[in-house]
Amino acid sequence: MAKLKPLEHRHYAHCESGVVTALLRYHGLDLSEPMVFGITGGLTFAYIPFIKITNMPLISYRMLPGSIIKGAEKNLDVQFRTRRYREKEKALAELTTLVDSGEIVGLQTSVYWLPYFPPEMRFQFNAHNLIVYGREGEEFLISDPVFEHPVRVKADDLQNARFARGTLAPKGFICYPVRINPSIDLRKAIKKSIKRTVRMMLYAPVPFIGVKGIHYMGRQIEQLKIREDPRYVRLFLGHIVRMQEEIGTGGGGFRFIYAAFLQEAGRLMGSTRLEEASRMMTEAGDMWRQFASACAKACKSKTGDFDVGEIAQLVQKCAKQEKHVYSHLKSMKL
Amino acid sequence: MGVIMKISEVPQDDIKTLNGVKKALYAIDDHGCYAKTTTSGWEAEEVVLNQVIGDFDEKAKETASRVRNNETSPIEYFMYKNWMDSPTLAQAMGLYRWQVKRHFKPSIFKKFDDRMLVEYATLFRISVDALKNFSRED
Repeated sequence: MAKLKPLEHRHYAHCESGVVTALLRYHGLDLSEPMVFGITGGLTFAYIPFIKITNMPLISYRMLPGSIIKGAEKNLDVQFRTRRYREKEKALAELTTLVDSGEIVGLQTSVYWLPYFPPEMRFQFNAHNLIVYGREGEEFLISDPVFEHPVRVKADDLQNARFARGTLAPKGFICYPVRINPSIDLRKAIKKSIKRTVRMMLYAPVPFIGVKGIHYMGRQIEQLKIREDPRYVRLFLGHIVRMQEEIGTGGGGFRFIYAAFLQEAGRLMGSTRLEEASRMMTEAGDMWRQFASACAKACKSKTGDFDVGEIAQLVQKCAKQEKHVYSHLKSMKL
Repeated sequence: MGVIMKISEVPQDDIKTLNGVKKALYAIDDHGCYAKTTTSGWEAEEVVLNQVIGDFDEKAKETASRVRNNETSPIEYFMYKNWMDSPTLAQAMGLYRWQVKRHFKPSIFKKFDDRMLVEYATLFRISVDALKNFSRED
């Protein structure tokens, strides 16, 4: 596709929706980040007890990494060229050729190897997305959507970041759009994606996904034995909040970004009921923040004089509120 | 914290763990519209991040004395120092967990060839010398 203009760096809330939003915008489909997040079906809740991350259950407030790119192909009629590599050298050679010819590309990386990240953020997290928009000698010019300004990364560091091993290993993943549809019917795509999200959140066939999953997490918290092992209880609660509030969730575990999507969708379609759903989702986000706040307080407590029952209640409140939102959306018969 | 996430109520706690980096997020403006804004961090996220870092640092400190007593190898120390546990380290090295556990044995570690030392040192972002000649005062 034609590439005529330089990339204008913008600051986004979440890395994958940010990269997709920026790439589409560059190629002429100018949507907001919440619109991209919502329309690609980015929202979820999952509490998976048998997948462990540093000995804690996998908790996710959004769909699996890679799903926004796939969702864009499905719901926005975009086609990406994507590729993973076995050989590092080949990946670097191809990236160099692409950016030197003016292409703007998305990469999957590990934050552990990205020197511009704050040191306290450099954990083994392999699914961070960023954009490469140019090269100057040994340095690649990076537009990282969750940073305010563009940055530069040396080829060696970028190679390490692209070929980190472990869970969700990027294997040099690269992607860029090769075809977009600037006259896509957004209304149709919005309806389709909301229906899909509602179905998953209300009727997931397993007890740890969607609203059922939130209730499930509440019960797990309720059963924590604060007297027996206060240290574990604090680490467990801290783990949940980290999944909810770390860079790229936009606060409230992606609930605010989804509320922003519902509001924009409501205005686009002239639907006050969608705007009402947005307000309800904002309330859910606020409840999640109250829960996070209670957990942080518990984490700080040296004595363990907090009530896991009360904290569990806050989670159940989130579950009820979210059920409200999805039932409301369902009743709209989109 | 207010009932509704307004831009004016977005936390600006200047948390140290963000190191001056600002995060973008969506919140409600004076007209009830969602808009993009930035935050310098929320105290709650700093608390939970420091908690897990503190936990790893404690383990590293305890491991340092075990390295000095020749009860374990520096591999275990640097694993904690870089906020990993043994399954994560094994994955990041492309090894089995039992292999990593074996590398914790000082006798095995001393017999490491250069290739193994380089691979571990690269992952730990230190020099081979620093890995071989453990002299931490932790």
